[in-house]
Amino acid sequence: MLKLPIYLDNNATTPMDPRVLEAMIPYMTEHFGNAASRNHPFGWAAEEAVDYAREQIAALINCNPKEIIFTSGATESDNLAIKGVFEMYASKGNHIITATTEHKAVLDTCKHIEKLGGKVTYLPVDAEGLINLQELEAAITDKTILIAIMYGNNEVGVLQPIREISAMAKKRGILFMTDGTQAVGKIPVDVEADGIDLMAFTGHKMYGPKGIGALYVRRKNPRVKVTAQMDGGGHERGMRSGTLNVPGIVGLGKACELARLEMQRDIEHTSRLRDRLEKELLKIEESYVNGSREHRLPHVTNISFKYVEGEGLMMGVKDLAVSSGSACTSASLEPSYVLKALGLSDDLAHSSLRFGLSRFTTDEQIDYAISHVTEAVNKLREMSPLWEMFKEGIDLNSIEWAEH
Amino acid sequence: MAYSDKVIDHYSNPRNVGTLDKSKANVGTGLVGAPECGDVMRLQIEVDENQVITDAKFKTFGCGSAIASSSLATEWLKGKSINAALSIDNMEIVEELALPPVKIHCSVLAEDAIKAAINDYRVKNGLPALEEAKAHH
Repeated sequence: MLKLPIYLDNNATTPMDPRVLEAMIPYMTEHFGNAASRNHPFGWAAEEAVDYAREQIAALINCNPKEIIFTSGATESDNLAIKGVFEMYASKGNHIITATTEHKAVLDTCKHIEKLGGKVTYLPVDAEGLINLQELEAAITDKTILIAIMYGNNEVGVLQPIREISAMAKKRGILFMTDGTQAVGKIPVDVEADGIDLMAFTGHKMYGPKGIGALYVRRKNPRVKVTAQMDGGGHERGMRSGTLNVPGIVGLGKACELARLEMQRDIEHTSRLRDRLEKELLKIEESYVNGSREHRLPHVTNISFKYVEGEGLMMGVKDLAVSSGSACTSASLEPSYVLKALGLSDDLAHSSLRFGLSRFTTDEQIDYAISHVTEAVNKLREMSPLWEMFKEGIDLNSIEWAEH
Repeated sequence: MAYSDKVIDHYSNPRNVGTLDKSKANVGTGLVGAPECGDVMRLQIEVDENQVITDAKFKTFGCGSAIASSSLATEWLKGKSINAALSIDNMEIVEELALPPVKIHCSVLAEDAIKAAINDYRVKNGLPALEEAKAHH
């Protein structure tokens, strides 16, 4: 029996893998020690668990365990990377390059940097959601200290040309930071091969717990340092103070291990279901995939259904937990800035749904999603004056709409 | 955000979805909102010789609250004189549907649609345009 509602919002968060939870439990009960307690076995057990987790994480992204700085999540890691580099490398310059489709954790941090007197260039993206490398090169100045471009986008799943970007940064002696939140654990991410200097990621997007994340900080070629944004006991090589979240760290470690061992299976599974979902939903008239289909995470699709409004559609697909590009639920009527950056008109952005699949998504769930969405779109179009006008051949742009 | 039972009911079983022949003299059509704002309502009324609304239809592109507001409006319009219809206030819709503050604009749009439809009918039939409808936007 199919259990409703069906969760297809795995870019927001994933359920925890039961194997992760199982690994964590002892560190909340019997092994509750503080990893910084060096003088008794409680502390040693905790420290050992943290060290082991560091190795599990390092194996996933091909780094040295010492290059992992634990944080509370990707938002904190993004903040630490950007603010920390800005402070640490102030004598070298004050210019940061990022892109308009970054997560708010990067964009708002960059806004903060501007308030502190830094300069930030926000690169536009093309209709596929990709930045233009020539534009990136042109944006570099002798004051540029950091290029911050995300690995995979949370709304459309688009993958940026990470290796080309990092090569360009390296050539100019600029640090390259990437927000790997959606990519790490989902696709092969190799900080050596990819030339990444700093990378933010988090547990709860890869079947791990919430409240634990990490920042990868390169130690060699070049040795990167960030100024701590949290002062205190000098944990994490002085870059992030605060008692380590041992159960969370154990969970993140386990999640990384599972992701590494099962990645091929996860990719094949999610991309097969995603492709089927997409193919069937594209049979609906006037439906469009947003962003590149070639350079994309395997478990994501973002589709606009023209002439239906996103929030109405969400209500129509109430048995599915998905996200909409419509921001009508908030007081502002602004649709997704990511979709707008891809050049979508407001109405298409309002009409979009994001589907994020997981290793736990089933064929049966996808079958249900296909028929449920198709039915809802058809029903709403029957009710939509815009659909009627479109069917009558009226150009909607020719109408003088009263903005309200 | 949780929707009220009444919003869900109107959304699931919308009343009076459809299209009236807008070329007829006794049909008034109001089209309000804008696609880029995420709501467009089209509300139509058919009026008899006694200035009573005999039929009302709507089509709405928008969220559940916008659909429910226009569906409710058509229910309320039927059988009312056009003068009585003019007195429908958006806050009555808010109350009836228990709309939260962020959805009040849906009720405003429904009120605008009613006024725009009545205005269209008036202009078609040689009556002066409504001050309010002209001034609203």
